[in-house]
Amino acid sequence: MSAGTREYTADEIMTVTASRQLANGAVCFVGIGLPSAACNLARMTHAPDLVLIYESGTVGTRPTVLPLSIGDGELAQTATAIVSLPEVFAHYLQRGRVDVGFLGAAQIDRHANLNSTVIGDYARPKIRLPGAGGAPEIATFAREVLIIMKQTPRSFVPRLDFRTSCGYLTGSGARAATGAPGSGPRAVITDFGVLRPDPDTDELTLSALYPGIGVETARAATGWPLKVAPRLEALPAPDPAELRALRALEAGTRAAQARPVRITLPAHT
Amino acid sequence: MQLLPLKEAIAAHVRDGARLALEGFTHLIPFAAGHEIARQGRRDLHLIRMTPDLIYDQLIGMGCASRLTFSWGGNPGVGSLHRLRDAVERDWPRPLALIEYTHAELALAYQAGASGMTCGFMPHHADTDLDQALTSSRRVASCPFTGRPLTAVPAIRPDVTILHAQQVDAAGNVLLRGIVGAAKEAAMAAERLLITVEEQVARLETDLNAVVLPSWLITAVSIVPGGAWPSYAQGYYPRDNRFYLAWDGIARERGTFTAWMERHVLGVRDHAEHLRALGVAA
Repeated sequence: MSAGTREYTADEIMTVTASRQLANGAVCFVGIGLPSAACNLARMTHAPDLVLIYESGTVGTRPTVLPLSIGDGELAQTATAIVSLPEVFAHYLQRGRVDVGFLGAAQIDRHANLNSTVIGDYARPKIRLPGAGGAPEIATFAREVLIIMKQTPRSFVPRLDFRTSCGYLTGSGARAATGAPGSGPRAVITDFGVLRPDPDTDELTLSALYPGIGVETARAATGWPLKVAPRLEALPAPDPAELRALRALEAGTRAAQARPVRITLPAHT
Repeated sequence: MQLLPLKEAIAAHVRDGARLALEGFTHLIPFAAGHEIARQGRRDLHLIRMTPDLIYDQLIGMGCASRLTFSWGGNPGVGSLHRLRDAVERDWPRPLALIEYTHAELALAYQAGASGMTCGFMPHHADTDLDQALTSSRRVASCPFTGRPLTAVPAIRPDVTILHAQQVDAAGNVLLRGIVGAAKEAAMAAERLLITVEEQVARLETDLNAVVLPSWLITAVSIVPGGAWPSYAQGYYPRDNRFYLAWDGIARERGTFTAWMERHVLGVRDHAEHLRALGVAA
């Protein structure tokens, strides 16, 4: 699925597919990377009234370039309001005011639980990952969750090394029994297609594929026997307008990141 | 409030073994103060920060810390904090004990500390492995009114909190503008509060509800222009995303990291010299 053989890259079709999941007017709690690109693409195309909240406390932000960090000045300058961290987590997320939360992780299991803490043993990890951040709260309190992750046997695992954030726990209604306000992950968007939870067992099931991708490719990239929906949806390729908007956004971002910072110091220092 | 040169403020108020919070969420990170702590060779610090960021990667790599309380330890939008990883994975340059929270929990722990509470509460739903991690001190309690489960986190009361801010006025009151993160809570939770600022002005030009820390809450203020670089100070200079990207290469190997720190932090007199040597300031 390289750019050489198609009109788009894996990242591009993932971003476009994620952006199409967002309804105009929804309130989104946004993370950095593909989620931020997907939300801003949606805002610039089919969902101009999308409300974006970044966990830095910038509410209703409308960046013209994608931020590198969760708290770039661009997010503050274009926000409706800037609130403190206790407020963004308590008043917005925990109080139930977020429709869609985006998550990624290093590992996911068949019930969409996520690991972003360690690979290996917690006390002596092989790889120390960044950790929880706001993911456990997003996973619990957002009305629904979208997950974006590349699908490989190392990341789609039968058993997580560490459960940082809850998806459907052990499945078959286990999450709902905890009283968690949010309904859980609605879709996992990968570089092959989309997985959705089975309505009875909560097990992630392959439900849609991108053009030119076969079921066996997705199965081979999954560390458990992947179930396939009886009616598999064929997802459309990104349309030219979406690709143009996304590439313009990314070109602007690269230019902004390459710009050197200069600080003027008072003469006496 | 005392107006002190940064070197004197750190020497007087930051001791070996201190519980130390350098706050500022992506914005207004007190890099100049962190570098002065490294220059003065503090040891055995218990570092507290929601996002350790490059500043704690530097202090950890220089062997200044023995404990870290945090909620997300990466280089935002770039990848790993390599020095943090090396300390946790291979004990280099010394072992680092982790006390790990989620963002909401750590913000709550600061707020509890700032409010004179012994702990803070939030709704509890599903357990995660964070509850089982050895160093965790969170507990599940129940609401005395409804019986619903609550997550309780112990209050954080740093010995010293250090912030960077935009301005101090003639009377010593300090103004923060833009993304404030948990800076105010970390300030109010601390025993001592040190602040570096971009500049001193006669009078703060503020709206009525601006974030102003009254002078009598503050232990010392140091005037350090550019003191948040490579993070940023809204209204003064933007985040140096180029440097955040470059840090990945500098910090990946022990040798290049140590050489960079020796040349650009230990080998300079102060932050102004640091910025000039790197070509950030003329």
